[in-house]
Amino acid sequence: MTAVLTQLHVAPPVVQRKGKRAGLWPFLALIGGLAALPLFLAPYSLVLMVPVIAFGIALLGMNLLFGYTGMLSFGHSIFLAVGAYAAAVATSKMGVVHLELVLLLACAAGAVLALAVGALCVRYTHIFFGMLTLAFGMLCHSFLFKFYNLTGGDQGMRVLRPSLLGISWEGGATSFLSGPFYYYCLALYIGLGLVMWRVVQSPFGLHLKAIRENEVKASYVGVRVYRMRLCAFVISGVYGSVAGALMAVTTGLADPEIAYWTQSGNLIFMMVLGGSGSFSGPAIGALLFALLHDALVTTTEYWRFLLGAILVSIVIFMPQGVVGTVANVYARMKQRGSA
Amino acid sequence: MAYANLMLGGLFQAAVLFLVASGLQLVFGVQKIINLACGSFYALGAYFGITVMVYFLQSGWPIWMFLPILIGAGAVIGLIGVPLELLLRPVYRRNESYQLLLTFGLLLMFQDVFRYFWGSVPLSVDSRLYGAYGTIQGMGLHVPVYNILVILSSILIAAALGLGLSRTRIGRIVRATAENRNMAEAIGVNSATIFTIVFTLGCVLGTIGGALVIPTSAASLTMAAELVVEAFAVVVIGGLGSMRGALVGAIIVGLLRSVAVALFPETEILAIYLVVVAVLLFRPAGLFGKSAA
Repeated sequence: MTAVLTQLHVAPPVVQRKGKRAGLWPFLALIGGLAALPLFLAPYSLVLMVPVIAFGIALLGMNLLFGYTGMLSFGHSIFLAVGAYAAAVATSKMGVVHLELVLLLACAAGAVLALAVGALCVRYTHIFFGMLTLAFGMLCHSFLFKFYNLTGGDQGMRVLRPSLLGISWEGGATSFLSGPFYYYCLALYIGLGLVMWRVVQSPFGLHLKAIRENEVKASYVGVRVYRMRLCAFVISGVYGSVAGALMAVTTGLADPEIAYWTQSGNLIFMMVLGGSGSFSGPAIGALLFALLHDALVTTTEYWRFLLGAILVSIVIFMPQGVVGTVANVYARMKQRGSA
Repeated sequence: MAYANLMLGGLFQAAVLFLVASGLQLVFGVQKIINLACGSFYALGAYFGITVMVYFLQSGWPIWMFLPILIGAGAVIGLIGVPLELLLRPVYRRNESYQLLLTFGLLLMFQDVFRYFWGSVPLSVDSRLYGAYGTIQGMGLHVPVYNILVILSSILIAAALGLGLSRTRIGRIVRATAENRNMAEAIGVNSATIFTIVFTLGCVLGTIGGALVIPTSAASLTMAAELVVEAFAVVVIGGLGSMRGALVGAIIVGLLRSVAVALFPETEILAIYLVVVAVLLFRPAGLFGKSAA
C-alpha cells in the first residue's frame, strides 16, 4: 500500500514540466502575427483589428473566470461599458488627455464595480451566477439607456482622442488608429497577457483551478473559496474595463449597446470558439470571430444565421474550441508518430 | 380609476409573460436547460400570427373568430420544437454553459430567419382586430375586451397545464423525469420522448404568447432579445423550475412594469431588475424555487 502511494506522489511532475510554457506559445504567435500585420494590411483594415485586441484583453479576463474558475459570467459586457463610459467621462467631461490616466481611471472604476457586483454574485455558482451577472448587466444597460441627462441615453457619450505617452497626435482618425494607437494597444495586450500568464501559473491560479474542479474539496484543504473567486472576478472586471476603454477610443463613442446582454453572449461565443480550456484559446477566438464576422457580413445579409449555426456546431462537435481541437489532433499525431 | 386601468394593462402583460415563462420553467424543470431561444419562439409566434391574420382578414370569415385562430396558429408553429429538440440532445449531459450557448446560437439564427421571411421593418396587424371585441366602459374604466379574453385564455392554459401535470398519467411521468431522470429511465420511462414532448410544449407556450400580443403591439426583430430579459426576470423572481413561481413572477413583473411605465417612465426595466437583484440576493432560489446551488 505504501509503495503504491509513494509511486503516486513521484510520478506527475515530469509530465508537467515538459509542457510548462506550451500554453503560452499560441498567444505569442498571435501577438507576433498582429505585430506583423501593418506590413500587409491597408490602414483601414488595420483599424478593424483594434477590436480584436480589445476583445482579446477582455477575454483574457473572462477566461480567468470561466476557464480557470468555472464561473460563466453572462453580464461581462457591464465591464466593457464601464471602461467605455469611464473613457468618455474622463476625456470629454473631466478634460483628461493622457490615455494612461484614462486607462487608470477605467481600471479603478472597473475594480470598484467588480468588487461591489462580485461581492454579491460570487456566492453563487453555475446557472445562478450566470443569471445574477446577467441581471446586473441589464441593470447597467437600462441605467445607461434611460438616464439621458447623465449618460446621453441612446446617443451615448463622445470619447475624445487622447494623447499617447504624453504625445498628442494630429491628423485623420484612420492614421491615428492604425498607427500609434494600434501599437499602443498591442503593447498593452502583450503586457496584460504576460501578467495574466503569471496569474494563472501562480499559487492563486492553482487555487482557482482547485475551486473549479471541486469547490468543497478545495475549501477542505484551506482554499478561501469566496475570497479567491472575488479576486478572480475583480481581475477579470479590470481587464474588461481596459478593453472597454480601448474600444471606446476606437469608435470615439460610448453607447449603451455595449452593455446589452447579447454583447456578453458574443464575448462567450469568442471564448468558446477559440477554446476556453486553454490560456491562448480565447485570444485566438477573438481573432477568429472578427475574421468570421467580416467574411460573413461581406458575403451575405443573413450573417447572423451563419454565425449562430457555427456557434451551434461548435458547441455540439467541438466543445474544446479551435485551439483545443487542434491541440488534440496534434497530440494524437505525435503519439502515432512515436508509437 | 386610472390605477384600475393600469392594473388591467399590467395583468395583460403578465398573462403573456406567464405563457412564455411557464414554457421556460417547464423546459428547465425537466431538461435542466435554460432556453435563451424562448424569446425567439415568442417572436416566431408573433410573426407567424401576423401572416395568418393577413390571410384571415382576406378570407372573409367572421372577425370574432380571430382569437381562436390566432391561438391555433401559435400552437401549430410551436411544433417546430420537435426538430429543434434533436439539436439539444448532444448537450444534455454537458456543462450548463454549453447549453446556454447552444440556445444563444439558436437566438442568433432565428433573428435572421425572421429577417428573411418577414423583413426588418416592424410589422403589425390591422387595428380592426384589437377592437373586434369592443371595449367595456363605465365607472372610469376603459378596458378592451381583447385584453380580458387574453387574460382568461392564459388562466385557462395555466389551469390546463397545472391539472395536466398533477393529475394525468403523462404529467406524472414528466414530473418523475424532472425529479430524477436516471431513476425514471430505470423504471421504464422513455426519457427521450418525454424531452421531446416537454420541449415542444415549452415552445408552443412561447409561440402562443407571441401570437397573442400582435393585436396590441408590432412584431420586430428586437422583440426576441428583449423578451428574454423579461422572461428571465419572471423566472428568477418566481424561482427556477416552478410553475407557481412563473405565475407569481409574471404578475409581479407585469404589474411593476405597467406601473413603472406610467409613473416613472425611465425606470421601466430598471425597476424590474432591481426587484430581480433583490430577490436573488435575499432569496437566491426565487420565491418558489428549490435551493440555489
